[in-house]
Amino acid sequence: MKVFNFHLMPYRHVDLDAIERNGSAWVTFSNKHYDPEKGAGLYHEYLDQMELADRLGFDGVCLNEHHQTAYGMMPIPGVLAGALARSVKRARLAILGRALPLLNNPLMVAEEYAMLDNLTRGRFIAGFVRGIGAEYHAMGINPAHSQDRFAEAHDLIVRAWTEPGPFQYVGKHYHFNYVNVWPRPWQTPHPPIWIPSQGSGSTIKWAAKMRYTYAQTLSPIAVVARFFQLYRDEADKAGYVPSPDQLAWSNTIYVADTDAKAMREARPHLEALTNRFLKMPTEMLLPPGYSNIDSIKRIRAVKVTGKPQTIEDLVKNGVVIIGSPNTVREKLAEYQDLAGFNTSLTKTQFGTLPDDMTRANMTAIAEEILPHFRDRLPQGIRQAAAE
Amino acid sequence: MTEPSVTRISVRGCGIALRRAGAGRPLILLHGAADAGQWLPCMDDLAARHDVIAPEHPGFGASDTPAWLDTIPDLANFYLDLLDQLDLDDIDLVGADLGGWIAAELAVRNPRRLASLTLVAAAGIHVPDVAQTDPFLRSDEQRIRDLFHDPARADETVKRLLRPELEDQNLRNQTTTARLTWQPRGYDPHLAKWLHRIVLPTLVVWGANDKLLPPAYASAWRTLVPDAQLVIVPDCGHLPHVEQPQAFVAALDSFFDRKGAAA
Repeated sequence: MKVFNFHLMPYRHVDLDAIERNGSAWVTFSNKHYDPEKGAGLYHEYLDQMELADRLGFDGVCLNEHHQTAYGMMPIPGVLAGALARSVKRARLAILGRALPLLNNPLMVAEEYAMLDNLTRGRFIAGFVRGIGAEYHAMGINPAHSQDRFAEAHDLIVRAWTEPGPFQYVGKHYHFNYVNVWPRPWQTPHPPIWIPSQGSGSTIKWAAKMRYTYAQTLSPIAVVARFFQLYRDEADKAGYVPSPDQLAWSNTIYVADTDAKAMREARPHLEALTNRFLKMPTEMLLPPGYSNIDSIKRIRAVKVTGKPQTIEDLVKNGVVIIGSPNTVREKLAEYQDLAGFNTSLTKTQFGTLPDDMTRANMTAIAEEILPHFRDRLPQGIRQAAAE
Repeated sequence: MTEPSVTRISVRGCGIALRRAGAGRPLILLHGAADAGQWLPCMDDLAARHDVIAPEHPGFGASDTPAWLDTIPDLANFYLDLLDQLDLDDIDLVGADLGGWIAAELAVRNPRRLASLTLVAAAGIHVPDVAQTDPFLRSDEQRIRDLFHDPARADETVKRLLRPELEDQNLRNQTTTARLTWQPRGYDPHLAKWLHRIVLPTLVVWGANDKLLPPAYASAWRTLVPDAQLVIVPDCGHLPHVEQPQAFVAALDSFFDRKGAAA
């Protein structure tokens, strides 16, 4: 299994009660709650953690993009990727991803990613997402154009990387007389493309057809297993057997000496993530047009019944893995075999988890977990596909 | 109450639902984001003296969602096609909310078949420094309540509209509303530049207690459209034609009478 250190870079000094009073940490949560002194400290703390992940032997480090929120301080992830491109010496560097429909000029992502691919001499992984609903409120982009703009921006970027320029591009949303991106990407034909999603059926099908790595965000493992099976089924229809590397599970892992200690230590920080940083009203998460009506109804039905999640819920449902080294090894192996993935995107820092605890967690994962999974592939019924 | 005929009409391949009743000079009522697909009491009143025609916009209610539908000007051009197809003249065009925006765009483009224009709490322009709610960040229930001044009317409408069997329809209407109005939020920066070209007799009707587009918007429309008359309806929110139908019809009758006298 390949294990990446996935950082959300939350503004962990935030006043959690202020988020609760506002109803959300997104869009309407005033930036007067951001203290530049503390925020600057966090940027350096988090970048140091990414560099530590490299030294500890994680296979890669992952950044992502969110706007106008305390949930994550990476509106322009390329800035941080640029900082890490030289200091992360060995591990792969992934942006998961840039939210393509938010851009009025997708060529800037083609350029930014190509620069990062050159800087890292081919260690870069190119993630493309639509962005969650809140971004459409934050950035003034019409959610009803989201799917169209994503498809068009993706096609434009891949063509810009693979077809000799200059050429003309005429789409519905994007129009260029000259597409001629300098630099070209280091990797041939282009950096690996990864597609994170909350589990949209059409996205999973498309990713499988395109042979892109599919990354499943924050979900119970049984749901993850179902989505990954859909991917394998679609790959089968497309006439190939996917590598389990193409299935990436985005999770949270926290390791301490005993299960009880791990639960006790992780609890406030993890519950801050799920019940404060992630909280938003349905109309912010799902603006009209963002998804088709059936998807919106399905997600709304879940949201209506959603109550605050305890760490016990998250552990029981296999959204996170928390415990002693032995427990974490057992669970990770069980989930790997159940869902058939071979890429783990692991948050080692989450919510308000402070630096010392994050570093201890990363070190414990590197020493107690990674060595046992380095050469481990999904077992059982998945093995055929892995070989 | 008069039962309108409900027909389906296809305009260059786009099918829409159209309600129609009464006889007299044609009066076309273009609905807003929140009142598609209804035959309202005010329409009944107006049908006593007019041939009242209430289409459902493409993308709303029982109408098709054509691939070309992106902007309010698309709908303005669509309705110009419809007027040609129905071959109506001397039309009193009435538009509420985004229907008012469509009507204004249409009148700027080509007023040939129109006798008058009535804008009811019309979207389409921006007035700086006016506090407004963001309908896209309101819950379904809040969004309905924002429309009314009288909480009892809001209660009744919440009960009527927020039924599970209407969820698909409501989501579809909201999706089209987002497609048409999300950005810029509910206006077209290019519209205000050309409103001086509206040379029709124009009436602006506004609820005194409109929370979505406060009455500062009514004053702005009156200023931008030459010689527009303004009627502010007391105790009334964003839907004068729904919340105060008698005052609304009286304002229209009086406007049509004066217009007739002037002609």
